[in-house]
Amino acid sequence: MSIRPAEFPPPWSPSEAIAPPTDPADERIEVGFLIVGAGPAGLAAAIRLGQLMEEHPETAERLGEVPVAVLEKGKAPGSHLLSGAVVNPRGLQRLFKGRKRLDEMPFYGEVHGESVLFLTRRRAVRIPTPPTMVNHRNYVASLSQLGRWLGEEAEELGVTILPETSAERLLVDGGRVLGVRTGDRGRGRNGEELGNFEPGSDIAARVTILAEGTQGHLTGAALDQFGLRSESPQVWALGVKEVWKVAKPLHEVVHTMGWPLRAGRKYREFGGSFIYPMGDDMVTVGMVVGLDYRDAELSVHDLLQELKTHPRVRSILEGGERVQWGAKTIPEGGFVVLPKQLHAPGLLMCGDGVGFVNVPALKGIHYAIESGRLAAEAAWRTLERGASSRDALASYDESVRESFIWSDLREVRNMRQAFGRGFYVGGALASAMTASKGKFPPGDLETERDAEQSLIVTDRAKSYPAADGVLTFDKLSSVFASGNRTRDDQPNHIRVQTKVPRELAELWARMCPAHVYEVGEPDGDGTVEVKLAPSNCVQCGAITAKGGRLTPPEGGSGPEYTLT
Amino acid sequence: MAGTLVFLEHHEGAIQKGSLGVLSKAAQLGGDVTGVLIGSGVRGIAESAGAFGATTVFVADDERLAAPLPQTRVDVLAKLVRDEGFDTVLFAQSVLAADVAAGLAARLDAGLNWDLVDLSADSVGKRPALADSVVVDVGWSSDVKLAIFRSGTFDANETGGTTEVKDTAVELEDFSTQAQMVEQAHAEQQGPSIEDADVIVAGGRGLGEPEKFALAEELAQALGGAVAATRAVVDAGWYPYSAQVGQTGKTVSPKLYVALGISGAIQHKVGMQGSNVIVAINKDPNAPIFEFSDLGVVGDLHTIVPKLVELVRARKS
Amino acid sequence: MKIAVCVKAVPDAAAGRRIDPSTNRIDRSVELAISDFDTYAVEEALRLKEAAGDGEVVVISMGPEKAMDALRKALAMGADRAVLITDSALEGADLLGTARALAGAIDKESADLVLFGQQSADGGGACLWSAVAERLHRPVISQVSELTNEGSSVLGKRQTEFGYDTIRAPLPAVIAVSDAINTPRYPSLKGIMGAKKKPQDTLSAADVGGAGAVGTTVIALSPPPARAEARKVEDDGNAAEQIVEFLAEKRLI
Repeated sequence: MSIRPAEFPPPWSPSEAIAPPTDPADERIEVGFLIVGAGPAGLAAAIRLGQLMEEHPETAERLGEVPVAVLEKGKAPGSHLLSGAVVNPRGLQRLFKGRKRLDEMPFYGEVHGESVLFLTRRRAVRIPTPPTMVNHRNYVASLSQLGRWLGEEAEELGVTILPETSAERLLVDGGRVLGVRTGDRGRGRNGEELGNFEPGSDIAARVTILAEGTQGHLTGAALDQFGLRSESPQVWALGVKEVWKVAKPLHEVVHTMGWPLRAGRKYREFGGSFIYPMGDDMVTVGMVVGLDYRDAELSVHDLLQELKTHPRVRSILEGGERVQWGAKTIPEGGFVVLPKQLHAPGLLMCGDGVGFVNVPALKGIHYAIESGRLAAEAAWRTLERGASSRDALASYDESVRESFIWSDLREVRNMRQAFGRGFYVGGALASAMTASKGKFPPGDLETERDAEQSLIVTDRAKSYPAADGVLTFDKLSSVFASGNRTRDDQPNHIRVQTKVPRELAELWARMCPAHVYEVGEPDGDGTVEVKLAPSNCVQCGAITAKGGRLTPPEGGSGPEYTLT
Repeated sequence: MAGTLVFLEHHEGAIQKGSLGVLSKAAQLGGDVTGVLIGSGVRGIAESAGAFGATTVFVADDERLAAPLPQTRVDVLAKLVRDEGFDTVLFAQSVLAADVAAGLAARLDAGLNWDLVDLSADSVGKRPALADSVVVDVGWSSDVKLAIFRSGTFDANETGGTTEVKDTAVELEDFSTQAQMVEQAHAEQQGPSIEDADVIVAGGRGLGEPEKFALAEELAQALGGAVAATRAVVDAGWYPYSAQVGQTGKTVSPKLYVALGISGAIQHKVGMQGSNVIVAINKDPNAPIFEFSDLGVVGDLHTIVPKLVELVRARKS
Repeated sequence: MKIAVCVKAVPDAAAGRRIDPSTNRIDRSVELAISDFDTYAVEEALRLKEAAGDGEVVVISMGPEKAMDALRKALAMGADRAVLITDSALEGADLLGTARALAGAIDKESADLVLFGQQSADGGGACLWSAVAERLHRPVISQVSELTNEGSSVLGKRQTEFGYDTIRAPLPAVIAVSDAINTPRYPSLKGIMGAKKKPQDTLSAADVGGAGAVGTTVIALSPPPARAEARKVEDDGNAAEQIVEFLAEKRLI
């Protein structure tokens, strides 16, 4: 009776994302360095390359007419970026050393105070801030805005950003990554070519840097192709957040644990919420839950709505107005699931795509930026006279291992896994890990694939609040608030089995914050049909963690975040 | 409001309802209201404008004005405004009227406010903006004020009264007659297209199955309107995409929008919230559509609509 | 054949089209993009040029400096040159001021054909083309859903409330195309990369004949009136009758 999503794998194979080049040589687009993803990692790489081009113009000449190109599947840099966020400025300071000061960067202010609350349905108890979560000297930011700003900085340095362009295949030939093939545009619901059909192109580059973020489409394919996957599988959390205009300013950064998540071990509900001030007149509130949860009725979007009804949270939002909503997954496996190697011939990988996230500290942005910067420097080394490309790319792995990314992640490497044992045991273990700076326990705790968790069904949905359109909202109006206006006749980009047991269909329907999946008619043999509305999709990636596969849809579609 | 001129559009021997509505409004605001009728062989219908509030109607009757093209009309109106000293010229929205008004604005250096839903006696216009989510008060700083009113804003009010019909000379610029009508169509429509329809009956998932769209079609036919659909039913293949109203479909603002079995999700709402009157039938009392309909009926559309069709047909005959 | 396409850079839909409370006008401080309706005009211009075998497509716009970023999309689609009229003196220009400036810029180009999109995505229903044609003293056809180049004239199929008229206008002419005329192409990657290198010129108010006076004003903003007397009833067997009564009351039947 107890089923696991992994029993129903999606109709997809990683080889779909790898191919040799197909365009004739004269139609192929040649660039110097190609970066996939205009997020903090990709743009940091682009900016660093731009700086190096400025410092060494003669070497830069060898990169050709388009020295650095960044592909971005969203409408613009920032459109698909979403995070809390409280940013450790270290990455940005190193990237812009000598060029920009912190007060010139688009932050919403330094963190002035913080509290961690343990919630019950009606009460909030302040608990001491765990040492890993102290945010002193960090800055509140909107990652979407930061991305937009980084994009502008990159363009000023001569980088070419290509928005509305998805990277569909990694071009590999003779064991070497040659570049990327972009996705087609202008196909109809059944894949047919519409009047304005525009085929994708092969883009060739001397080095391809993958900075795709969570659930990186080509990154996953590359790890399989080159045999670089860690033994332990990656695991994810789903974050759903809103941005609100508020009547009274919030003066501190707040994190909560406990309600509405259940502590019992069988539920495997790991996560919490964050409430951050964005200046004096805006606040962002979000709920993050590990996707190893088991209850088919769990809905992170609805947990967020429930959270807002807590008296403490409600009072922060009272008199305010929701202005944006969004959702995205976060890779949570940490150190233990980092790839065996971060490079391959012609290829470098950085950021969330390879899992540089510190879960206990809730930090990933500064690691993304630092890894992008290091990738750029390694890529540049391939231009040095007498350099061996292989050594130059290998130097990326070396520099990452010597960086704070590695030491930070190593220190907290077992904390997330500890919470698989439930909140209280996990909490105790986590404290021990902190106190020992990661030396306890020795060795590495393994992770288990999210899709391997067997489903249970409780009546959790009973307590989700009905949408009142003022404080709480349904999924469809939330999709609207993400700026999503994807055309309805696009081909379906989601790979799932569409004839599955009812519990699994229900799991997906509840899991998806954008109401893409619906439980359809029973087929009379114990399974039901799964109905899809792919144009609702905000590309959070949750389905990939729980038995399906998100592939990149047409460039330019999906959410149009500006404040997330 | 002294010195107001109303552009009277006509088609196949009758003055358009919209123009008569604007005429009625102008008359209501007070002062002398003059109408202007431009075409070929139109003198005969000029007098009917008197019943709707025009104390005078100027007629520009000339072969060269036969085709309903805008630039010749600009010449006629400009001359009238200059000769007679009108300070206000009003138009009812139409494809032709919009072109005429804008051309006239440039000719006279006159301010033009369009898409108005009201006008006060002291020349403040009201116009919805940003998908009807806000209302803007607009004014004029030019000597001559031009205004276009949204389709169907004012009802034609027959108050009785006669009008003096005067001829006005027709002097046309060279460039005004360069565009030539090659073929004028009077297509027998199978009912209006969604964008032009005064009445729209829209169907959503509450219809239950594709065959039930027949209910929407019957009601639309009875009311003389067009049929529209929500994204959900178009996605499901129940109705073509050309009929889709909503964020990723068409935006409409008919006089009457009847929503059958539609929940009123915001993606749909933004495509029709500008409708004058919204009637919704849905069996879910909590459907969001009830928050922005003028008449919300909680009930089973499968029993209500057939009866409604009967009653509407009976009433019309 | 030289075709000038007049486009408007408007706040990108999702970035939140809102009214700036300090000016009562649409807040233009957000990302700008070419109005969707104008992309049909750009597409039509490109098709005409391709059919003729050669020619030049110039996009002309009026707006703040950063509108030039939006014009690059037209260049990425295939337009040859972008001209932006930008001047603080022209901020807040209404139909008259805009028409005056555009006509001034078009004059400098000696275009054979001037194209507009049918509607401004953020202003709704503006009929700029007629005002521009008036200033240029050239014929105008609007609502064109099919356009044929006859060499020294064009034939336009115009959609009105009564059906389709076919109208001929000698060149140079001003044409406003509807969104039924074509499906705009996606810019190709090569197009996007090449856009930056295409000529992008700016003009000041003086270059196009001065700013001139404004003819309309915006006085105030208010939320729309709540639907007066909204009624909600439960069907007790008489719903159909109640609806008919309601419609009669509203004089809809």
